Parts: sequence; C-alpha cells; structure tokens
Amino acid sequence: MGITPNSELQTPNLSVDIAGLRLKNPVMTASGTFGYGEEYSEFMDLNRLGAIIAKGLSATPRQGNPTPRIVETPAGMLNAIGLQNIGVKVFIKEKLPFLRKFDIPVIANFFGDSIDEYVQAAVELSGADGVHALEMNISCPNKHAGWIVFGTDPKIMEQVVTAVRKETKLPLIVKLSPNVTDIGIMARVAENCGADAVSLINTITGMVVDVKRRRPVLANNTGGLSGPAVRPIAVRMVWEVFKAVKIPIIGMGGITTAGDALEFLIAGARAVAVGTANFINPTATIDIIDGIERFLADEGILDINEIIGSLRT
Amino acid sequence: MTRYFKATVLENTALNKHFRLLTIDAGRSTLNAQCIPAPGQFYMLHSNSTYDPLLKRPFSIFKHEDNSLKFLYRIRGKGTICLSNLRDGDIIEVIGPLGNSYPEPEGDFIAIAGGVGIASLLPLLDICKNTGYLFYGARSKDELVMLSEAGALSKEVFVATDDGSEGRKGVITELLKSFLNNLKSEISNFKLPIYACGPKPMLKELSEIAHASGMKCYVSLEEHMACGVGACLGCVVKTVSGYRRVCKEGPVFDIKDIVWE
Repeated sequence: MGITPNSELQTPNLSVDIAGLRLKNPVMTASGTFGYGEEYSEFMDLNRLGAIIAKGLSATPRQGNPTPRIVETPAGMLNAIGLQNIGVKVFIKEKLPFLRKFDIPVIANFFGDSIDEYVQAAVELSGADGVHALEMNISCPNKHAGWIVFGTDPKIMEQVVTAVRKETKLPLIVKLSPNVTDIGIMARVAENCGADAVSLINTITGMVVDVKRRRPVLANNTGGLSGPAVRPIAVRMVWEVFKAVKIPIIGMGGITTAGDALEFLIAGARAVAVGTANFINPTATIDIIDGIERFLADEGILDINEIIGSLRT
Repeated sequence: MTRYFKATVLENTALNKHFRLLTIDAGRSTLNAQCIPAPGQFYMLHSNSTYDPLLKRPFSIFKHEDNSLKFLYRIRGKGTICLSNLRDGDIIEVIGPLGNSYPEPEGDFIAIAGGVGIASLLPLLDICKNTGYLFYGARSKDELVMLSEAGALSKEVFVATDDGSEGRKGVITELLKSFLNNLKSEISNFKLPIYACGPKPMLKELSEIAHASGMKCYVSLEEHMACGVGACLGCVVKTVSGYRRVCKEGPVFDIKDIVWE
C-alpha cells in the first residue's frame, strides 16, 4: 500500500487476522452478551461486526442457575446465569441458519464439566456448516477433579485444551480466567497445547451481600463481575499475556467506548470483544467500530495493525 | 424504525413523596405503527450518562399519546432516584416497547393491582373502558396513586390498604375472594379473566385463588433486568416448562405456568 499525497483522506485499514480468520474490523461481541445474534439484529447490521462470538454451548442443554441471577454493582454487574443454553444440537439446527446469512465469522463458544463433554461439544460444532472458529470457556468446574475450575489449574487446563485440540481443525481460541495468580502462565499453557489464540478476561468472581437478610444477593452466592469496573484489570492482564505468548489475543473486560477498545489494542490485543456494554447500548459495537476508525483517521494512522501492541513503557 | 432511541423529558411530575410521572417525547419517527406500545409492554430507561447506575431499568408503559410516552414510577433505589432528578429538556436513552402484552379481554374482566402495579394495568383499563372490575391495594391511602384516574376507567373499584387509611384494611386478595364468593352464590359458574400486576406475595395468593376458582389469570412479572431484549438470561422466571425470560416470553404470563418459589 503506497502512501499517497493526500493520505489523510484515505479510510484507515481496520481489518485484522486472528487465528486464521480475516476480520473486517477488530470488534466482536463477547459470549453470553449477544445471544445468537438474533436479539440484536433489529438494532444494527450484523455484517458490520468483526465477528460474533455466540452464547456458550454445552453438548447437552442446561437450565442454568436459580434466581436472582444478576445484581448491579458500581460501574458493573455480577452474573451467575449458570450457562443456561440450548445445547449444541439445537444451536446447529435452529440458530446457525440465521447466522449463516451474514458475511462475518461466527465463533462458537463452548464448555463442559468434564473433558469428554468439552470434546463432544467441540467435535459437533466443528462439523457444523457456518461455525468458523471455536472459543473454549475453561472457567468451569471439572466434575471429575473435585470441581476445580479447569482454567485455574495449569495441569487440568493442559489436559482439556490438549484433548480438544486433537479433535478439531477449526481455529481454537482459549478464553482465560482472570481468577488466577499469573495469567501469563495460563496463556503459555494454552499456547503450548496448540491454541491459535487466547481471549481474556472472563469475569472476575465477586459477591454482593444483602445486609438486612445477611445473605448473598445472588442465588448462586457468587457471580462474575463485568462492566467498566473490571476494565483496568483486564487491560493489565492483556498486557501481561502479550509479553508471555506469541499467539494473538482477543481482549475484553468492560469495553464500552472506542477509547476503551483502543487501550486493549495498544496493550497488545489484536481484536476486542464487547460484552456488558451491549446491554446498556444495543449499538455499542457499531459505535466502537466507528470511533476506532475516527481515531485512526485523526491520528493519521493508515492501518490498525500499527497500533496493536504499540504500548510504550 | 428502531426501538432504541433518545427522547426528551417533557415533564417529571411529583405526585407525592413516593411517586413520579415521567413524560418523554419519543419523536414521531420512533413511534410508528410497529412501535406503538400495547398494554403490559415495557421500556428500558437510562437516565444518566455515568456508569453508576450502569444498567437501564424496565418500566411499564403507563400512557401513550401522539409522540409522548408516560411512565409512572415509585422512587425505590439508585435507578429511580436518578430518574426522579430528570428535568424538562433532559435527554434520556430508551429501548422499547419490549416484551409481550396482556391478551385483550373479550368482555368484563378483573384487574388487580398492588401498589405501583397500577402502572401496568391502567393502559388495559383504558382500552377496555368501563369493563374492568378494579381491585387496588396499597400500603396506605397516599400510596393509592392514580386511584381516581383508574377508577374513572373501571366498571367498579375495590380498595384495600395495609393500614386501613382507605378502603378495607388488609390485603387486596382478601377483597377479591369475598367478591368472588358473593358472585358465586348469585351466578353459578361465574368466570372472568383476571389481570394482575403487583408484589410477589399478592401474585402467589392470586395463583391459589385462580386455581381454586378455575379462572384464567394473567400476571405481569417484575424482575431485575440487564439487557431487556432477551440476550442476557438474567431476568428468567421458573415455569412449568423451565426458565423463561420475563423480558421476552413475558412480562405477562399465564399464572398457572409459573412455579412459585
């Protein structure tokens, strides 16, 4: 791409390559905050998104946790939905045909509570027409190992990522839990097991207490904190992971504006996902894409890849 | 056409210490045929541009005239305190109308409102003028907000307050029970559909009344919501066929489908 005399009039390149996928821009929807695309399709043209990461799926349907499932916190919210979902088979039959109508990568998020369940979900999703990549949620407890969360123990994590990697040729993204001592170590485990990318952060475990009843507000006692409150933690973790691995990073955690998204990109994320902000502003993703483009144009940056990992320390 | 828009506050009137009536101008473009609210539907409202409170709050549509939408609300927590601080001309973010609506009654019906639940039922009384028997319960006289407006649209009005400052002392479901017993002795096989909105204990009691009398009963449920459009699965209610989203499959449910916990 040559530099023309009026380069300031050129539209900056927003497209990025991640895990073998070409995205028209780096903005995706975070799993669990965008359903299977249908709920938000009346508010925007889904074709404008970099990719859709669909709501997490398990091999068989899950009814989820009792209520209350959500509670608002300062600049954030806790959720304990309990991964309620329709299961891989119903997703493929009833939700994928809608998503296939769009010209954007569909990334299926999946999970299990045993290695076998992870593998089963991954295999079935890999055979489905219209699934372009897999994102593996490892923030689930392992029922065969004392309910230790897969993604908080390097050995258990290694077992499950290795098992899934063997069974799928699709790009594999491992979604890291922030509830660990050193997220760089966990990112390296994912890389060594053959993951094509990592995404982070999943929600941070939290609790809210109803002081009159002296009970947790959530029926599940604890829940995952998301929203603007977690953003600085997420940016810090993206930066740590950027220094620890070579595979690309999808950054997320409280992104609400284009400026927030740019923080993640500069800290080393090659793409970003917008989560809780979708609830507040159904067109948040589009506003962020437009805002990133404006920022690049204003700064005279022709290609978004120039700012990825450009943090000066 | 979009159900996500910015609106201008026209009025935010204090009705008394607890209740406000918010009127917003939604603009002509956002209130075309597909976006006319039906009784029972709701809107997500966000009154400030900071992150605290972070989420929009759901409010039943109270009235709709030309381009304006009215919401009756009780000041209860952070969200409604912020809402109460809105002044004429302020801009507010809105998603709606959302959810399903009350099935239109074919003849006479019973409406039972607990407190601010009247907000959801008034549009129903309005489109079915003078065919509804209104049962309206509240903590005290000054919390029977919009009683005369609702009464003017109803065939007959029955009132109960917890402290006895207006109407019968006690809960409104007791009044409904004696009303039904009296009618049963006069007319055999007496059945009217019931439409209800109010606190959980009232709805729970009502489910027993509906079950015992074999009367159809529709309830509008209230839950904390994050998205309001069916994506987050935060507002679910337990039903005989599993968890259902209050924002999408509701807020109006057939009471026999609800599993009370």
